[in-house]
Amino acid sequence: MIPNITLVIQGLAFFAVVWLVMKFGWPHIIAAIEERQAKIAEGLAAADRARQELADADARVADEIRKARVDAVAIIDKATQQANQIVDKARTDAIVEGTKQKAIAAAEIESMAHRAREELRGKVAQLAIAGAEKILKREIDANAHKDLLDQLVSEI
Amino acid sequence: MASEHAPPNMTEYIKHHLHHWQVQMPGTEGQFFLVNLDSVLFKLLAVLVFLWFFLRVSRRATSGVPGKLQCAIEMVVSFVDGMVRETFHGRSKIIAPLSLTIFCLVFLMNFMDMIPVDLLPWAWANGHQIAGHDPEHAFLRVVPTADINTTIGMALTVFLLIQYVGIKHKGVVGFFKEWFTAPFGPAFAPANLLLRVIEEAVRPLSLSLRLFGNMYAGELIFILIAVLTLGASLDHFSTYLLGAGQFIAGFVWTAFHVLIITLQAFIFMTLTIVYLSMAAEHH
Repeated sequence: MIPNITLVIQGLAFFAVVWLVMKFGWPHIIAAIEERQAKIAEGLAAADRARQELADADARVADEIRKARVDAVAIIDKATQQANQIVDKARTDAIVEGTKQKAIAAAEIESMAHRAREELRGKVAQLAIAGAEKILKREIDANAHKDLLDQLVSEI
Repeated sequence: MASEHAPPNMTEYIKHHLHHWQVQMPGTEGQFFLVNLDSVLFKLLAVLVFLWFFLRVSRRATSGVPGKLQCAIEMVVSFVDGMVRETFHGRSKIIAPLSLTIFCLVFLMNFMDMIPVDLLPWAWANGHQIAGHDPEHAFLRVVPTADINTTIGMALTVFLLIQYVGIKHKGVVGFFKEWFTAPFGPAFAPANLLLRVIEEAVRPLSLSLRLFGNMYAGELIFILIAVLTLGASLDHFSTYLLGAGQFIAGFVWTAFHVLIITLQAFIFMTLTIVYLSMAAEHH
C-alpha cells in the first residue's frame, strides 16, 4: 500500500502544476467570470431602472393630463362666470343709464315747458298792455302801472 | 506494486503501463472482441461528469444574474456556439450541441492524462492485492483518448454524421452525383470518385490519429519521466538527483500538457465543424 518514490514525485509535480494554474491561470478565469456576472447584473439593473423610469414617466404624464383637464374645467367655469358677470353688469349699467337719460330728458322737457310758459306769459302781458294802450289811446306809463302789470302777468 | 518485490525492469514497467485492462466479450474469441474496459469506463466517467455538470446547471439556469458555475458553462457554450456560427453555414440543429459535447468530452478524457501517471494504476493494483488477485495482472490505462479505439470510434461517428449532413443538405441524388462530378466535372468521373474516396477516408483517419498520437505520446513521456526513479531506493545519492530531475521534467511536461489537452480537444471540435460545414456546402 505504500506508494513508491516515483509516485510521490509525480504527485508533487502534479500539485506544483495545480499551484501554477491556481496562481496564474485561475485568477484570469475567475476575473472573466466575475466580469461577465457584473455585466449581466448591470444589464439587468439597467433594464429594471429603465422600466421603472418608464413607469414613472407614464405616471407623470397621466398626472399632467389629469391636472390639465382639471385646470381646463376650472378655466371654463371661471370664464362662464365672468361672462355672466359681464352680461349682468352690462344689463344693470344699461338700466341705470337709461333711467338717468330718462330723468335728464324729463327735466329738460320740464324746464323747456316752464320757459315756454314764462315766455308766453310775458308775451300775453305785452299783448295785454298793447291792447290796453289801444283802448286808452294813450301811452301807459309802464312805471306807473308796473304793479298793476305784474299782478296781471302773475294772474295769467 | 512491482517495485515492492523486486527491482522492476524498465521495459516491463512501460509494457505494464501500456497494457489495457482487457476483457473478452462473453462467448467470443479473438482480438477483435477484446474490450479495453478501462477506456470504456473512464470514457463513461467523463460522460457522467459532463452530463452531471451541464444538466445540473442547465436545469437550474436562471435568466437573472448567473452563478459562477453557470457563468463558466455559459462562456464555454457561447464560445462553441460562436465557433459553429462562424464556420458552419448550413442549417442543422445538431452541430452546436455535437461540437460542445465533443469539446467537453475530449477535454475531460484528455484531462485524465494530468493525473499522476502511476496513481490510478497503483491504487488499482493495491485493490487487486486486497481482493486477493495478482497485482502484476492489474492493468489500467486511464486516458481513453490515448487508446486508438476510442478516437477511431469518435472519428467514425463524425464520419457518419458527415455523410448524413451531406445527404440531408443535398438530397440522395445530389449527394451521390457529387461523388462523380466534383471537382473535375462529369468527364472525369473515375478520378472524381477516387479523389472523393480518399478524401472521405482521410478525414476520420487524420481526426483519430492526431488525437490518439498526441495523447499517447503525452502518456508515454509521462511514463518515461517516471522511469527516472524507477525502483530507486533512498540510500543512493543518485536517487535525489534523478528525483529532482523527475520533478522538474514532470512539472514542465504537466504544465505544458494543460495546453495540449485543451488544444487537442479544440482541434477535434473545430475539424468536426469544418468537415460538417464542407459536407453541407455544394461544390
